[in-house]
Amino acid sequence: MKPHELTDHEGRATNCDMQGNAAMKGLKISAAACLASLALAGCVTVEAPTEPIVIELNVNIRQEVIYRLAEDAGNTIEENADIF
Amino acid sequence: MGELMTKRLTKAVLSGAAIATALGGIAAPAYAQRDPAYAAARAAGEVGEKMDGYLGIVGPETAELRRIVNDINIKRRAVYSQKAQASNATLEEYALAAGCQAILATVPGEKYQAPDGSWQTRTSAPPMRDSRCP
Repeated sequence: MKPHELTDHEGRATNCDMQGNAAMKGLKISAAACLASLALAGCVTVEAPTEPIVIELNVNIRQEVIYRLAEDAGNTIEENADIF
Repeated sequence: MGELMTKRLTKAVLSGAAIATALGGIAAPAYAQRDPAYAAARAAGEVGEKMDGYLGIVGPETAELRRIVNDINIKRRAVYSQKAQASNATLEEYALAAGCQAILATVPGEKYQAPDGSWQTRTSAPPMRDSRCP
């Protein structure tokens, strides 16, 4: 078998490099096909936020507590008018 | 003899009730007033209500103002501590809740601390308060 025949006709993959390239090619083609079909179907894309999601529970709990204490605190101020 | 005793007893009970009423009238007057030095410093805008429920010195600090403010704040802290325990809250939570109310209770001309930490003079408009205030 002559070496030039292999390179000229892109026959069977005979080494790792060639197999890798072929696999990548296949992936690209299938990804493109997938994107095209999604675009046609009207797809919904979900993007992960770049910043971490922080839920400030502390603030909410304290606000709730302050609301609960508001009336009592108001009475305390009236009852201790000499120091308020 | 028995009749006399009853009369005396009735008299004693009645006079006792009268004394109790008189004492009650003295013991439960309108709530105590501010100390004159504190009232003057407050009216002059030398001290103001902080967001955290305590009194602060607005302008340059003097020994007299520090004494007034410390005295009030020690008393307030004792009250907050007691009330916080009774209402199952922390001292800081109760103090902050009281701060909301104390700032709301300022009258035009008095000083209070805005959420950004700056001292503001109360006008007839509602005061700028912490977003957590009711």
